[in-house]
Amino acid sequence: MVQNIMTKKEYQKYAESKSPKSKLFRNIIRAFWVGGMICVLGQLFTNLLKNMGVDMEEAGSITSIIMIFLGILFTGLNVYDELGRYAGAGSTVPITGFANSIVSPAMEFKSEGYIMGVGAKMFVIAGPVLVYGILASVVVGVLYYLIK
Amino acid sequence: MAEKSAGNRTVKLKSHVSIVSAASIVGPKEGMGPLGRYFDVIIEDEMWGEKSWEKAESKLVKETISKILNKSKKSPADINFVISGDLLNQCIGSNFGLRDSGIPFLGIYGACSTMGESMIIGSMLIDGGFADNVVCMTSSHFCSAEKQFRFPLELGVQRPPTAQWTVTGAGGVLLSNEGPGPVITYLTTGKIVDMGIKDANNMGAAMAPAAVDTISTHFKDTGLSPEYYDLILTGDLGAVGKSICEDLLKREGFNISERYNDCGLMIYDRKKQDTHAGGSGCGCSATVLAGYIYQEMQKGNLNKILFVPTGALLSPISTQQGESIPCIAHAVSIENR
Amino acid sequence: MEDTLMTYINAFIVGGIICSIGQVLIDRTKLTPARILVLFVTSGVILTGLGIYQEIVKIGGAGATIPLTGFGYNLARGAFKDVDKYGLLGAFTGGVRAAAAGITAAIVFGYLASVAFTPKAKR
Repeated sequence: MVQNIMTKKEYQKYAESKSPKSKLFRNIIRAFWVGGMICVLGQLFTNLLKNMGVDMEEAGSITSIIMIFLGILFTGLNVYDELGRYAGAGSTVPITGFANSIVSPAMEFKSEGYIMGVGAKMFVIAGPVLVYGILASVVVGVLYYLIK
Repeated sequence: MAEKSAGNRTVKLKSHVSIVSAASIVGPKEGMGPLGRYFDVIIEDEMWGEKSWEKAESKLVKETISKILNKSKKSPADINFVISGDLLNQCIGSNFGLRDSGIPFLGIYGACSTMGESMIIGSMLIDGGFADNVVCMTSSHFCSAEKQFRFPLELGVQRPPTAQWTVTGAGGVLLSNEGPGPVITYLTTGKIVDMGIKDANNMGAAMAPAAVDTISTHFKDTGLSPEYYDLILTGDLGAVGKSICEDLLKREGFNISERYNDCGLMIYDRKKQDTHAGGSGCGCSATVLAGYIYQEMQKGNLNKILFVPTGALLSPISTQQGESIPCIAHAVSIENR
Repeated sequence: MEDTLMTYINAFIVGGIICSIGQVLIDRTKLTPARILVLFVTSGVILTGLGIYQEIVKIGGAGATIPLTGFGYNLARGAFKDVDKYGLLGAFTGGVRAAAAGITAAIVFGYLASVAFTPKAKR
């Protein structure tokens, strides 16, 4: 009986000590440069749009649309998961990662049909982001109204 | 004490139960691994011409049982029971894979320990005189398991170093009350052991205590020592679980390190194939047993094996509810006589 | 010319730092990816509410708006704008209005992609 050798608490500590940790420094370097480069790409589109005379707000929206398109395209081409394996948060945190989290379950559950598969599962990972993002924006908006 | 029991939890079989045939079919990644040449069929892509991962897994089951029967020149009518299970909800891998088999079917669930559970039941059915021939098998599929337990395949996530890789493959054996081949001698059924590990990405650490419990009980019940066996083989503890298992058994007074291995570490080349802590899944221990172990036993390179498939009895729902992971391990002694 | 170059360098550094924070959370806490994303978007909203994120955007440009915190920034800024225009009602309309382009693009392209592409097994 393992319980005779150590308690559950002791075992959890022991197991922790036996389990290798992620290579944090290496992972941060990868996340930094990939995440940074994705943002540079976004900056490139924003700058180009501004040079074309598009106003600041619209340039931002169009940039998001382009970045989302790219995130989805590279997910469809089976590339974004490989990027994620290398870059971790570097490809999860940018908006392209948000797009990846929407399209990957949609593709995965296509075998269960277009309504309950694609339609229902599309937001299975990204849904909470929208729920809490929108909730927070309402809270902040109401507070702003009260303080203003 | 019951006539056929040895000690508390071990069954000592009285009659002849032999493994007369074995077959395994694996995915491309497993085929490229160090044991590739021992498998009967290596499929070219994970979908195998089907429309979904689940259908592909059922096809693995269906083709594996027909290989087992072909090799032993038996027809479905000769088989009294097929005992099978898998990781999918309601065990659809087995249910759909065996629906056209026409063989009486017992569906079981033991997570990745299923091969052990299946062989325990099968051996007892034969020893009890309830059956002449029983097929024991199981399957797992990387893609269908990821879909059910983790994330969509195309989601860009990193796996922690303790994570394991679900084996795509099905393996099975035909047990019979006559015929040559290695025989089954002892069966030690596992207890559910939960040491409070919650991290579903560290199954090895969660399952190791269950393996320790079953292996040490096996030695105490039978009076055998580790030296009795050529190889003690756990199912899918991976690198983390294997080192814990070895260490804890030493503390219990059983030094197995010279004759110990884990199917999850044997099936992949961890460095080249990026499988982190190693392989896992029902198919992991089943294909290693039906492929490598069975063939090496027939050649006489291995003669006494303690086969200990390990299983983590969690579900995505229990994990989300913050539950720890209950685990189990079953031991089956297989010997050349 | 030099100014343009600086926008890229700043975007790289600020975006890189934000992603690195995410990496530390993934590797050193037991938080699941979904929780980390939720944390990022709500942090973006709160920091914008406190008037801090606007400053980060000024420095980092796309380096601050492309990460998910920037999505939160967008939501909060939209809420402020609509509150200014419509009063309390604006708190309910502003966030989604500002994020509409992104959400709709994700649904439309996501749907099309799921029709066109199928997932492949990792090896």
